[in-house]
Amino acid sequence: MAFSQMMLCKVPAAAAAAHYRSFSVSAAVAAIQKLTRVRVVDNSPLGNTPYHRPPKVIHVYTKNGVGKVGDMVLLAIKGQKKKALIVGHKMPGERMTPRFDSNNVVLIEENGNPTGTRIKAPIPTHLRRMEGDYSKLLAIAQRFV
Amino acid sequence: MAVSSRRAGGVVGSVRLLRSLQHQDGRLFSTSVARHTAGSEGQPPKFVPPSKPVIIDKAKSQASLRQFLSPEFIPPRQRTNPVKFAMERKDMIQRRKILNIPEFYVGSVLEVTMLDPHAASKTNRFVGICIQRSGKGLGATFTLRNIVDGQGVEICYELYSPRMKHIEVLKLEKRLDDNLFYLRDALPEYSTFDFDMKPVHLSPTQDVPVNQIKVRMKPRPWSKRWERPKFNVQGIRFDQCLTPEQMEHAQKWAEPWRQYDMLKEYDTSSVEEKILQEVQAELNK
Repeated sequence: MAFSQMMLCKVPAAAAAAHYRSFSVSAAVAAIQKLTRVRVVDNSPLGNTPYHRPPKVIHVYTKNGVGKVGDMVLLAIKGQKKKALIVGHKMPGERMTPRFDSNNVVLIEENGNPTGTRIKAPIPTHLRRMEGDYSKLLAIAQRFV
Repeated sequence: MAVSSRRAGGVVGSVRLLRSLQHQDGRLFSTSVARHTAGSEGQPPKFVPPSKPVIIDKAKSQASLRQFLSPEFIPPRQRTNPVKFAMERKDMIQRRKILNIPEFYVGSVLEVTMLDPHAASKTNRFVGICIQRSGKGLGATFTLRNIVDGQGVEICYELYSPRMKHIEVLKLEKRLDDNLFYLRDALPEYSTFDFDMKPVHLSPTQDVPVNQIKVRMKPRPWSKRWERPKFNVQGIRFDQCLTPEQMEHAQKWAEPWRQYDMLKEYDTSSVEEKILQEVQAELNK
């Protein structure tokens, strides 16, 4: 009897706990590398349509394979290969630079021009030292932190 | 005769004294009348509200002012040569003579302006809640957190960095914990602060209030298991996100014997007092 009562008590708790995933889905706080899931923060149609599979990094264009703010990556997004620029990551960088709660990227074309026309998330100001290469991308940014 | 004249002189003198006293009294009492008459040349007298009396009790205010020593002045407990910390303290005081570093705690809302070589205006302003203070000596840092355009942003500032331009406390208060990293896993409303927030005044003699707020969390998984005893978090409403069984299960990792470890004790009160006196003497020089 007591056992059945205990079971009855426990069942609603388990049901309440089942509505969210009880395993970690985001990578540990680390820089961006291959197979990191990222968030596209511009208003391009490709990055904003709902997805079955989240956009993933399939290559990082750096010598050590670790991407930080300002590095170019190759994304697998909706069955396509697309280049993107990292504009913020979870891993804390240098002092006095912002750290974001998500890994943000902006889709770019082969020549470095942005695919979208607006960037929704704040952009770190130290990305401005790359003004020469990505001036069009920085021009469509709404806000810097 | 001579005596009487002397007496008369004395009487005259006393009358004069009385008159002068009366005159003084008249001056003292007739201020408002004089003010009214002064304005009555042609136009009606303008009402001038009397100034509010400000009672300044210097001895009392000096005694009851909040005493605060920034935590980075207290050297860590280790075998490093104390001369190193003394020299760093000197440099920190030199920097504090130029840059006003106010009193603040974890949980206070701050506004920081730093120099930014890349920005158009050469400065960068950020407002956020202080979620951590760390480091000792010249390398001391504090972290501000805010949610900008729905995106959580944290910036770790170096207190004594030459890029630091201006620090202002918008709201001086404490929280239940010394580290608010759990705000990353809390609902966004708890770490959202307006960039145009008005500073809230707190009297320098008043005690710093402790904000007793307990935050509601996003569904798990969190970045850390905040219910574990090693974090000793007070500011989370665990009753809403965890069952009593889960809370009890977390106690499996409790280490209740740690509090009796005498080697871990570090009483900073005497050191703190000495350094506070030193810093105040140097700053007032």
